[in-house]
Amino acid sequence: MGSITLDGVRKTFGSVNVIPNVNLEIDDGSFVVFVGPSGCGKSTLLRLIAGLEDISDGRILIDGRDVTNVPPAKRGLSMVFQSYALYPHMSVRGNIGFGLKMAGLPKAEIDRKVEGAASILNLTPYLDRKPRELSGGQRQRVAIGRAIVREPEGFLFDEPLSNLDAALRVNMRLEIAKLQKDLATTAVYVTHDQVEAMTMADKIVVLNAGNVEQYGTPLELYERPANLFVAGFIGSPRMNFIGGRIASAHGAATIGIRPEHLRVAREEGGQGEGWSGVISVAEHLGSDTFLYVDAGEAGTLTARVIGELGLNEGGRVTLKPDPAHIHRFDQTGKAIRP
Amino acid sequence: MSTRQTRVLGRVLTAPSVGLLFVWMIVPLAMTIYFSTLRYNLLNPGTEDFIGLENYVYFLTDPAFLASLRNTLVLVGSVLLITVVLGTGVALLIDQPIFGRNIVRLLVIAPFFVMPTVSALVWKNLLMHPVSGLFAWIATSLGLRPIDWFAEMPLFSIILIVSWQWLPFASLILLTALQSLDEEQKEAAEMDGAKAFSTFFYITLPHLARPITVVILIETIFLLTVFAEIFVTTGGGPGLQTTNIAFLIYSQALIQYDVGGASAGGLVAVVLANIVAMFLVRMVGKNLET
Repeated sequence: MGSITLDGVRKTFGSVNVIPNVNLEIDDGSFVVFVGPSGCGKSTLLRLIAGLEDISDGRILIDGRDVTNVPPAKRGLSMVFQSYALYPHMSVRGNIGFGLKMAGLPKAEIDRKVEGAASILNLTPYLDRKPRELSGGQRQRVAIGRAIVREPEGFLFDEPLSNLDAALRVNMRLEIAKLQKDLATTAVYVTHDQVEAMTMADKIVVLNAGNVEQYGTPLELYERPANLFVAGFIGSPRMNFIGGRIASAHGAATIGIRPEHLRVAREEGGQGEGWSGVISVAEHLGSDTFLYVDAGEAGTLTARVIGELGLNEGGRVTLKPDPAHIHRFDQTGKAIRP
Repeated sequence: MSTRQTRVLGRVLTAPSVGLLFVWMIVPLAMTIYFSTLRYNLLNPGTEDFIGLENYVYFLTDPAFLASLRNTLVLVGSVLLITVVLGTGVALLIDQPIFGRNIVRLLVIAPFFVMPTVSALVWKNLLMHPVSGLFAWIATSLGLRPIDWFAEMPLFSIILIVSWQWLPFASLILLTALQSLDEEQKEAAEMDGAKAFSTFFYITLPHLARPITVVILIETIFLLTVFAEIFVTTGGGPGLQTTNIAFLIYSQALIQYDVGGASAGGLVAVVLANIVAMFLVRMVGKNLET
């Protein structure tokens, strides 16, 4: 009941082409995350879907219905804003019920629905408070309550967790994901945080300069990145890229290897391919160790080691790539698939 | 927050200006209180006797007092109503992205920079004059009888002039408040299905409650003492129709040369202003909390 289709959507601001041409099919009930560096047009794309901006060209269909020229409120979508955008002079009850009041529902029904939404979100004790009397996490919940109470065909989230502290963010991430599964409503979620993207999404859209670089499940993106941009953007620490002679030996312009797919050995030489070098920085996180190694011709490589190996700055190591996890890219940056 | 040393230093440094301001206020006040108990008429010098509260009795029982009190309240109330309502409208209009917005804003603010005597003269001679005024010309070109503004509706004319002067102030304060309204809140209301009128009543107007309070408080202070506009245009007349408290005190002191009576009137005005202020602060003060 809530599939969203973008058909050749284009958006220009003056002479700037923010979204050149986006085609996208969002399945009913799925959780899709738009991720990309800042300024890549992901928020703009979300606002186009919401109807807060007019599209310059193309069509937007919700559930097969062309909504390109339909005002925001009539699209059957609701949105959670980055700043929450709660109405400061209204109580929590007023905030959550505002959309229903505008829709002209009878008072009793509004109360019933607001109380229902509040109990899902554990907001019942706060119904008569003003937003300024709530904590950040509670405000966030009110914003979500305002979205779910209208029983929309789809939720739109615009970086909703970026104003919360780290611990609360992890919590809310789980809650939002769980809520979306419970309600089985389509959700489009914008973030620049790839951890949020990887953990919450059924499918991820990686955007760069308004273009869809890749659209797929989180593991597809991680295991089979379509190009250099996606390979570099997904995964933390980021993938190592090696060019030149070493790449040519693999029949590619660039090869990529993730830090976790480099085996670290103390001794020189040994079997198979390997690059030796000196550790310039070692970051000890306890559960993992990140090693930054100056590996001569291969450049500076990052390696991730599980646990603690007792390696420190200045130590010599050899990094051996796992041959099954070498990604090959051609001259234009596209992945070469066997 | 501050150390003891900076607090002491702060007190020492502010002491001269605080002292000066205190003297500046207390000396005239004390002299006014003293004069208000004397029979002190400039036409009969040398006969200043202590007469107790007789000046107050004369001032308060003067029929002109009640008339001018009424005029003052009507003037203040009407100007507040006009400037707040129209000011909100003007602020909403010049908040729109239009071509030449900066020039439009400058023009809207301009009347505030015209001094009261000048604007009163412009209104009196160029706009409202029954023979050569612009309004009279408009009326005659439409085949209507021109209105002799200051003879037929004197208080309303004063209200018009004063409103014209204070409209920019209200518009300016409300415009800056509108610009601080969170854009995402309006978008949230749009997503919630609020039309333009609902957005205005449920989102914009509550946001403006506090700046409107500020406008009312500040304007009231100045509107209680409107003088130049009345002096230049009607001189308080016809009869007492445009005499407010400030003009009444002026006429006591400098037309009837009764310094004692004028001093008593001045103190009555101080008390009245404080009563009005107290009501206002009570009424709207809760808007200013947090």
